[in-house]
Amino acid sequence: MSLTVAFTLNGGPVSVAVEEPERLLDTLRYRLGLTGTKEGCGEGECGACTVYLDGLPVNSCLVPTYQVRGARVETIEALDPDQLGPFLEQGATQCGACTPGVVMTALWISAHSELLETHTVRELMGGNLCRCTGYDGIVDAVATTIGEVGEGGTGKRESTAG
Amino acid sequence: MQRREGLAKLTGRERYVDDLPLEGALWGMTVRSPAPRGRVTLVRFRPEVDWSEIVVVDHRDVPAANEILLIERDQPVLAAGYVRHVHEAVLLVAHPSREMARRAARAVDVVVAPEPPALDFRASPRPEQIQYGRDNVLKRLQIAKGDVEQALARAPVVVEGVYETGAQEHVYLETQGMIAWLEDDVLMVKGSMQCPYYVLNALQHALGRDERRVRVIQTPTGGGFGGKEEYPSTIALHAALLALKAGRPVKMVYDRPEDMASTTKRHPSLVRHRTALTTDGRLLAQDIEVVLDGGAYVTLSPVVLSRGIIHAAGPYACDNVRIVGRAMFTNAVPFGAFRGFGAPQTLFALERHMDVIARTLGLDPVELRRRNLLRDGQTTATGQVIRDGTDRIAVLERALALSGYREKQRSHEAFNAAQRSQRRGIGLATFYHGAGFTGGGEVHLNSRLQVAGLPDGRVEVLSANIEMGQGTLTVFTQIAADRLGLAPEEVVIGEPDTARVPNSGPTVASRTTMVVGRLIERAVDDLRNRVGLDDRARGAAVQDAILRWHREHRGERLVGEAVYERPPGISWDEERYQGDAYAAFAWAAYVAEVEVDLRTCTTRVIDFVAVQEVGKVINPTLARGQVQGGVVQGLGWALMEECKVEDGAMINNQLTNYIIPTSVDVPPIRVAFVENPYPHGAQGAKGLGELPIDGPAPAILNAVAAATGADPRAVPLTPERLMQLQSAEFGVRNAE
Repeated sequence: MSLTVAFTLNGGPVSVAVEEPERLLDTLRYRLGLTGTKEGCGEGECGACTVYLDGLPVNSCLVPTYQVRGARVETIEALDPDQLGPFLEQGATQCGACTPGVVMTALWISAHSELLETHTVRELMGGNLCRCTGYDGIVDAVATTIGEVGEGGTGKRESTAG
Repeated sequence: MQRREGLAKLTGRERYVDDLPLEGALWGMTVRSPAPRGRVTLVRFRPEVDWSEIVVVDHRDVPAANEILLIERDQPVLAAGYVRHVHEAVLLVAHPSREMARRAARAVDVVVAPEPPALDFRASPRPEQIQYGRDNVLKRLQIAKGDVEQALARAPVVVEGVYETGAQEHVYLETQGMIAWLEDDVLMVKGSMQCPYYVLNALQHALGRDERRVRVIQTPTGGGFGGKEEYPSTIALHAALLALKAGRPVKMVYDRPEDMASTTKRHPSLVRHRTALTTDGRLLAQDIEVVLDGGAYVTLSPVVLSRGIIHAAGPYACDNVRIVGRAMFTNAVPFGAFRGFGAPQTLFALERHMDVIARTLGLDPVELRRRNLLRDGQTTATGQVIRDGTDRIAVLERALALSGYREKQRSHEAFNAAQRSQRRGIGLATFYHGAGFTGGGEVHLNSRLQVAGLPDGRVEVLSANIEMGQGTLTVFTQIAADRLGLAPEEVVIGEPDTARVPNSGPTVASRTTMVVGRLIERAVDDLRNRVGLDDRARGAAVQDAILRWHREHRGERLVGEAVYERPPGISWDEERYQGDAYAAFAWAAYVAEVEVDLRTCTTRVIDFVAVQEVGKVINPTLARGQVQGGVVQGLGWALMEECKVEDGAMINNQLTNYIIPTSVDVPPIRVAFVENPYPHGAQGAKGLGELPIDGPAPAILNAVAAATGADPRAVPLTPERLMQLQSAEFGVRNAE
């Protein structure tokens, strides 16, 4: 059965006809052409499909589209590229398949830096799997973004050549 | 230089194969074998699907040879009435709706009359299990140096050990995917892959098309790690067969469970060591047996075995070495290329064995390695004289110093005495990795590369080597720009499109920067010569000359070219397995510090130091990232990644129950490079991509052994496995 679902997407109103069991991930990618959000596992383990739902990061592969009726959805396409300098500098992306999800979670952490009073960056990034970087580049980028130097020294800072 | 395509990836603008719009496309799905071996007696199309809407392809639709072209031609594109492993592709279906295609695939019953499968590569096959040659051996290889038997007979000490490693899934974050369509009479195939020309050759062979009627284009590839070396030929053929039959574009993108269940994995291994030594720990003889599980088809197992046995004796001087290797046929899903390519398995065995030797002889593991590490002028197992000037002892010393190895050993003693249930330990591995294809492989590849001078004065690198996260686009840009004195923006890296780029070889074997990068330098020099400049001309002079050339040769292409040339003084005897196995080796010493919880038997790596000599480091951020990522992938293989198999099928084919490291599971990976430029690599670089996955497993297990006194001989060392070891050792106490 087809349903019409209206919600706010990246600041503007949208209305889409979707099949009942359709995942938000597929609606975004295949109906609305927002392919920045990636599928990694399809079961909420890897975080590649992270979007903000009413301001909170969620795995869009686990959200039926009908559930976002009237809600606010933001995707990687809405982010300001100017915030991403540290991610480039620190080597936070390699193959790029996990990257949009990583960036969504990472920027959400920097916008909620009070969380760092109770959690480490590594703990907060634990829901985003990356198979390329070994996580140091990502952790360093988040630390740089929030102006943290703590986190007990990362691999990068110990690195030397020569 | 920062990663060239980095911003596109960070903003989600990079378009992977599943992101490409494809007008009027069908979704393709695969119907697979439910059994590990047997005759297909019936294919039943259940009536809940309207089959008139579905495009169906089986083996009879393969126009030419029903063979996936690789080393051997034993693997069918689609099973023709007989299956040799679970999940073997039998039938393909396509429909405009992905959901309908999926339902159709599920509505096909493949009925197999089962025959006895061979599922344990370690056991000799029973007669009824034999399916390849006389004994199910896919490939046998041997290396011999000196007189091992005599040395073993005379030696004061002989230490034996058996080591095992499990399968490992690549978990590239982007699953396998391919699209295919017809453009006039040209079959277009586009997708995620490491080797566009492998795919091209496989398509030509099975479809009976010449190269003018097939074109293969690589799309940005979301991780490969070897998993997209040979497998993409299969999914490309499947998408192509559906597209040819349907007369419409077809897209095939595996979901994660299908990808994990049906694509290749790292070869499981069993390695036996028998080592003769002096009482003070000098190696007198190494007798090594390597057995790999090849799975149901040959795929790349012979060359994985080759690299495996060549690395099996390690970076040590020993006058008497015998290494025998065999890859076994089993009815498992075929194993294939995975970062390290056989070397991680044999180096795990060797480096764990070195610590077993040290414990047996009462020697310090560091001292044992220091006494035996190759000095310049000494030879490897294949008789290759090492003379690259790298101080391998210094690499080891650097790792000890950076990790605080001695201080930590002392502090662990105090920690372990004070703690009731936590134990800390530190472990080491010294190892090497040969860069580029093994033996005569690079000569055989005969790689060719072009650099075009464009009419607007920019230059374009035309190569078949691809970006999958490791940094090809960036490093190639740097190499060309530095050589010509140009800004990076003046260098274009052409899309890997077989209609446009020459065959510069596959993107595998840690060869891209070292071997192909060197071709860029030579092609750039050739380009400069063609516009009348010598090799010193740089910057504006080069661009002016390119612009002038185009004014004088309107409408023509300006192309510099280079073809692989073997570095001087290298020779390899394929018959005797003797000589220079690799043009260059990278050298490393890794140190892991672990904390083991004796109650839960969980192991946490709390510090990791990776020191390596990889020639000149061209891009420090990318190089460090390769090492950190490789170490973490190795840590996963060492402690948590386990493919659980029942009746030849992986049963934990999901990221929910196949566990890879998260950011919480790993410490910062501390990386250092010792630089010794290699004269025949681009800018002095050697291969780097695979090296870092060789060292973590033995270093970590050696650390667990130091922490707990246990003697683990297999990876992954899951908590369950460590608990079994502990109970075996402390059985009496537990029984009380």
